[in-house]
Amino acid sequence: MSVLSADRYRRPGWSIARRLTLFLAGMVAILALVSWYMVTSFAREAAGRTQDNVLAASATSIAETLRSEGGEIRLELPYASFAMLGALSEDRVFYRVSTPDEVLTGYSDLEGPEAVSGEPAFATLPYGDVTVRAVSIQRAILSNGAVVPVTVTLAQTRDGVQSIAAGLSRQAAVLSAIVFVLAVGIAAFAVRASLRPLNTMAQHLATRGPSDLRPLRRQGPPELMPLVRSLNRLMERLEGSLRRSEDFIAEAAHRVRTPLAVVRTQADIALHSVEEEGQKQTLRRVIRAVDDSSRSASQLLDHAMVSFRADNLTLARVDLPALAKATAEALRPTAQMKDIDLTLSLSPAEVEGDEILIQNALRNVLDNAIKYSPAETVVTLSVSAGGGEARVRVADEGPGFGDAPAEQLTERFRRGDKVEGVVGSGLGLTIADEALRAHGGRLEMQTGDNGRGAWVTLVFPAA
Amino acid sequence: MGDLGFSGRLTALGRSALGMLCACLLAGSVAAQDFEIEDRQLYPGTSPVVLRVISTTDLDVFEPLLLRFQDQHPEIGIDYVVASSAELHRAIRGGATYDLALSSAMDLQFSLANDGRARSYSSAVTEALPDWARWNDRIFAFTAEPAVVVINEARFEGLPRPRSRADLVTLLRDHPDRFEGAVGTYDLRESGLGYLFATQEARASDAYWRLTEVMGRLNPRLYCCSSQMIDDVASGRLALAYNVLGPYAEGRLGQDEGLAILPMEDFANVMLRTALIPTTAQEVEAAGLMLDALLREGMGDGAEPGLPPLQARGEGAGDAFGPIRLGPALMVYLDRLNRESFLEAWNAAMEQ
Repeated sequence: MSVLSADRYRRPGWSIARRLTLFLAGMVAILALVSWYMVTSFAREAAGRTQDNVLAASATSIAETLRSEGGEIRLELPYASFAMLGALSEDRVFYRVSTPDEVLTGYSDLEGPEAVSGEPAFATLPYGDVTVRAVSIQRAILSNGAVVPVTVTLAQTRDGVQSIAAGLSRQAAVLSAIVFVLAVGIAAFAVRASLRPLNTMAQHLATRGPSDLRPLRRQGPPELMPLVRSLNRLMERLEGSLRRSEDFIAEAAHRVRTPLAVVRTQADIALHSVEEEGQKQTLRRVIRAVDDSSRSASQLLDHAMVSFRADNLTLARVDLPALAKATAEALRPTAQMKDIDLTLSLSPAEVEGDEILIQNALRNVLDNAIKYSPAETVVTLSVSAGGGEARVRVADEGPGFGDAPAEQLTERFRRGDKVEGVVGSGLGLTIADEALRAHGGRLEMQTGDNGRGAWVTLVFPAA
Repeated sequence: MGDLGFSGRLTALGRSALGMLCACLLAGSVAAQDFEIEDRQLYPGTSPVVLRVISTTDLDVFEPLLLRFQDQHPEIGIDYVVASSAELHRAIRGGATYDLALSSAMDLQFSLANDGRARSYSSAVTEALPDWARWNDRIFAFTAEPAVVVINEARFEGLPRPRSRADLVTLLRDHPDRFEGAVGTYDLRESGLGYLFATQEARASDAYWRLTEVMGRLNPRLYCCSSQMIDDVASGRLALAYNVLGPYAEGRLGQDEGLAILPMEDFANVMLRTALIPTTAQEVEAAGLMLDALLREGMGDGAEPGLPPLQARGEGAGDAFGPIRLGPALMVYLDRLNRESFLEAWNAAMEQ
């Protein structure tokens, strides 16, 4: 696999919230830009039209004064027509009044647009060092019996118009920016609010215990309900199948244990009735194998029980020293068979918990210790309390745990690497670990002083 | 106070100059040095920078201002040239190299700015100017001077003092014996300022034409400029001078016995003396400094000797009319055809 695709797996994908927010922000940005552009072009057009209208009005009022006097075309520039242009803005003004043959007055080099009689013609054109907006109006004057078309051209620079348009454009830009920021804020908020039920559900699921397979009861938006229903169905099926397999294991163990007990009894009787040493040896091996099988079956049963009870703890005050003592007494015969001395060191300690579960955990740990200890050694069971915790430690003088990490030892059916010669299921520590977790405690494993012996400590939060 | 008005010592020349001005106002240019100057003074500075100023204001009036400017900017030398407003206009239009042009002819100054002969300039000082005192950041007013009526008190003995143009018309009509040959006003064909005042008045009130007709019947004396009119009123040759520049007349009140200013209550024309930086300017920065200094004084309270400030006339002082507006409308009466027809009407009224 290439580095790139490996990266793709490591990097989290874009969140829906981020994607939605960015998408909405992009849309709002486009809308803001479009509206800014539209306002700007409207403003430019409106300002331009205002100027055109004033220019046309001025030019018309000049054209109105055109008359023929004694064969000569005369006019008076009306004061108002220029005052009007000055009122609009501080723009420079140019004008020309001409017949096809001569310039009557004004700026002789000003070339306006071609005007058709009656209609003002507009153009934006360069004049000297500036660009002007020019209007031309043509009026026919009867002079010396001939009709002379007289053109009035009026031009004005566009600074005022442009500054009005630019001012409006700036205001529109500021408004667009404000709208953009507000809209993005609202979009981000809306996205977050819409995704909240999803996050809440995810959180709710995340904080659940590892074996909590209860259906989700939370009401959410209709879009989420199919997901919730599917999840619930999935969990239902999962729980069913888990239960079935636990039931199956318990059932199987139970069915195996009973015939084994019969075989054990028969073998015992046979052991006492045979004389020949070789046959005795064989029968002892049979008995040991049957013991181991029966013990494994018990542990499987224990495990199924722990799994079940861990989900439905029956809480009560548990007196740890008493429980330790009872457990030790129950296993003392097994210990004596290997000449193992089981010593107790008990301080008062109480925890809140499921007594059967705790006893089960302790029995499995102690059973393990006895099982993996060499003959004629000491297994110490001590109960202590302090630091907000209650501790039950089982210390043996056996081979210890070696180098394997603690998590591996509590895995189901895994056994330590120093027990090759001993038959066992590897379920003991798993059972203890699960029981402790159900109580909010933990299982600590360490190799004893001087690298000898295994110490397994059941740590409970104090009651 | 000296001559603030249209400096027109070259009477004969002025006539032809104005005629030429109109011919070439909108057309081509004249050779750079083809214009008349009346006075010139160089104020050296401590650096090689020399600010070339062309102005219609006489040196004796303007000198204190120049010296105050040099107090603050001793490094800037000033080459101060005095010319009539028509000559100044011709010079700038012809492309003569000046850094600052100061003129009493606001219409001519405006046409320079409108035709792109003025450079755009703005500073904190120009921003502080009232809107009516600047146009397009190219032309700036630094004084406001009203037109007033000056009388000789002795020749008005026993007569009521008119308070409006209507009163004046009545007075002149009722006492032709007292005023025959004793009324003075601008010769509009000659004086740009007189023409500006006349056109603005004609626009504002029909009393102007009635007054002109009445004056025309009294065999009026026509002048090129305020100074001579005041001189003649002071000497008693004239009983009344119409449309004299106010600050100038006020300056003479103290010197000449028997002079009085008639306050006109209907309205008064207020002329703005304006400055612009020609596009040919080379010492633009120094020109800006000088312009700012002028405008600062213009916006001041007039405590310093020199020019009448803007504010004293800009508002209040009974001037219902306010200053003549800087704007394209000023170009209307500069138009050849308009000028011809206005002068025609004026001639007809004056020479009956």
